Amino acid sequence: MKILKLEKGKLDLFASVVQQFGEVHAPTEHEGKFSFKRLNSWSEARLDYNRTVLPPRKYFLPPRETLFKYREATGYVPATEDLEKRVVLFGVHACDIHALNILDEVFGKGYLDPYYLTRRKNITIIGIDCTPDEHCFCRSMRADFAETGFDLFLKDIGDHYLTFVGTARGDDMVIATGPLFSEVTHSDIVEYKRRSSQKCDTFKLDLEIRDLPEIFELEYQADIWEELGEKCLSCGNCSMVCPTCYCYDVADEVKLGSHDGDRVRLWDSCLFATHALVAGGENFRKTRSSRIKFRFYHKQRGFVAEYGRPSCVGCGRCIEACPVGINIVGVINRLRGVEHASTD
Amino acid sequence: MHQQTETTLHRSVVRENPYQPHMARIVRVYNMVADNYLFTLRFVDEQIAGTFTHRPGQFIMLSLPGTGEAPISISSSPSRPGVLELCVRRVGRVTNALYRCRTNDLVAIRGPYGNGFPMEELMGKNVLLVAGGLGIAPLRSLLWYAIDNRGRFENITVMYGARTPQDMLFRDELVSLVGRTDLTCLLTVDEDPGGDWKGHIGLLPQLFDYLAIRPERTCAAVCGPPVVYRFILKRLLDLGFTKDRILMSLERRMRCGVGKCGHCSVGYKYTCIHGPIFTYWDAINLPEMI
Repeated sequence: MKILKLEKGKLDLFASVVQQFGEVHAPTEHEGKFSFKRLNSWSEARLDYNRTVLPPRKYFLPPRETLFKYREATGYVPATEDLEKRVVLFGVHACDIHALNILDEVFGKGYLDPYYLTRRKNITIIGIDCTPDEHCFCRSMRADFAETGFDLFLKDIGDHYLTFVGTARGDDMVIATGPLFSEVTHSDIVEYKRRSSQKCDTFKLDLEIRDLPEIFELEYQADIWEELGEKCLSCGNCSMVCPTCYCYDVADEVKLGSHDGDRVRLWDSCLFATHALVAGGENFRKTRSSRIKFRFYHKQRGFVAEYGRPSCVGCGRCIEACPVGINIVGVINRLRGVEHASTD
Repeated sequence: MHQQTETTLHRSVVRENPYQPHMARIVRVYNMVADNYLFTLRFVDEQIAGTFTHRPGQFIMLSLPGTGEAPISISSSPSRPGVLELCVRRVGRVTNALYRCRTNDLVAIRGPYGNGFPMEELMGKNVLLVAGGLGIAPLRSLLWYAIDNRGRFENITVMYGARTPQDMLFRDELVSLVGRTDLTCLLTVDEDPGGDWKGHIGLLPQLFDYLAIRPERTCAAVCGPPVVYRFILKRLLDLGFTKDRILMSLERRMRCGVGKCGHCSVGYKYTCIHGPIFTYWDAINLPEMI
């Protein structure tokens, strides 16, 4: 892999050149929370953020998008307007890049989802280092380092960023900014390794995923699911903020006074009471406990069976977003029979 | 270079879009029983109409423009191409809108989806079809496929139960099969309030009394409301059917039909791509399946 280094003081210069690759979006702060937004000026970017409220998923699978326009004369015509927009996501954390790689598995295998895949091609990813906080458990989910899924990745080594070049487009960006980058020295590598192992030690949450599918099968009838069902509000916050949740609903919306309309795709959640409801009234997951169990089961057991890894990256958003304090790490450690002091 | 990639992908949205419904014309609406019509559809695009094929047990996504989309199993056999027959009960938003349609109206279809019945597994064996109520809808495709390819199957047996003769779907068609010597068709009704039913009266499982079958050389396909599964599955196991020789067709909420939207997931499988035909063994192993 091509690796160079970029002086921190020149980051704003780099960002200004990067604009030619698309509209630059980065984490910005609003009332103590962070979100990915289009930058008006580079000074708005907060690359020291812990996590954004919504993950980058919103750029690839928007909360609401038009799939087709329906006209009486022509039937369903694919909507393509928004797909060509070129965006540079500046400052994506490793866990969120892993999440995109997971979504690639879902939307890029079997039947290909052309909407998602077109956006994925048109959106440039510049990853950045982070410091774990009390909700992070990406290391446990093997998502604390990204090897693929980015165009460039910036790793903090003090005065510089080590810059990993992941794609040809990433290389184009480096070349476009030419003199800003320099060769990596031996002492840079030593510093990188020192910081990397230091980061490893800062995680406060930990869980073992090795045999989770088996544990989930064994504990399918455990009391904890009823307990969680009593607590869970079925609000769906956890899936809205999840970087790997991809459930969606589809609806036809007719314009008033005409027969024309749009077919739209909207985020949905398996926590919602209607998720498994079929016409005629049968509901295969009527109770809150069955739905929250399903969510955990799907991520840690079902997804493993289909794609070979859990669909959780340990970003901590669901822990932060849950209004009643349900903590996935705590739940899993309890299922496993390991009580972890900091997860209660 | 990037520009070229984008153009290709953009085109995939237009040309290879798995969500693209194709317009189809309703060529016949047949009122089988109250709130249960048989709709015959033909794609407007002649090329699609001429090349569309499916496996028995597969389903399509039916769009009623402005109302939405729903999964519907295909009741016609691929051995009789050109049109699609959908046996539809009026239960939800999309099916209610479909019931307001008349002959010549346009709807939209994409598919076929799902695994369908494992035909290579069924060929050369006895085939036992057991249906209750609307459960005949997906099994009828398999029934006519087997009849039209009679030489490829050993004994064909169909068992079907309806609440009353007036509730019996495909009644004329099934009654006409009763006298045939190349297959066994056993029909029953729970009750006969009109008094004009000449066949068997009694619950579906009672038909097993008339059955001579060798389970080790037979595959059973079962479809019906939960009560059917409750009694029939046990009966089949008692007869000596192994769990992977009992096939069932499942129904779930679906928004995509292609393994993305998440609604139809049962345990770790998706009904739309891993099903809708599952073995009884799958059903035991997947939570909340039946």
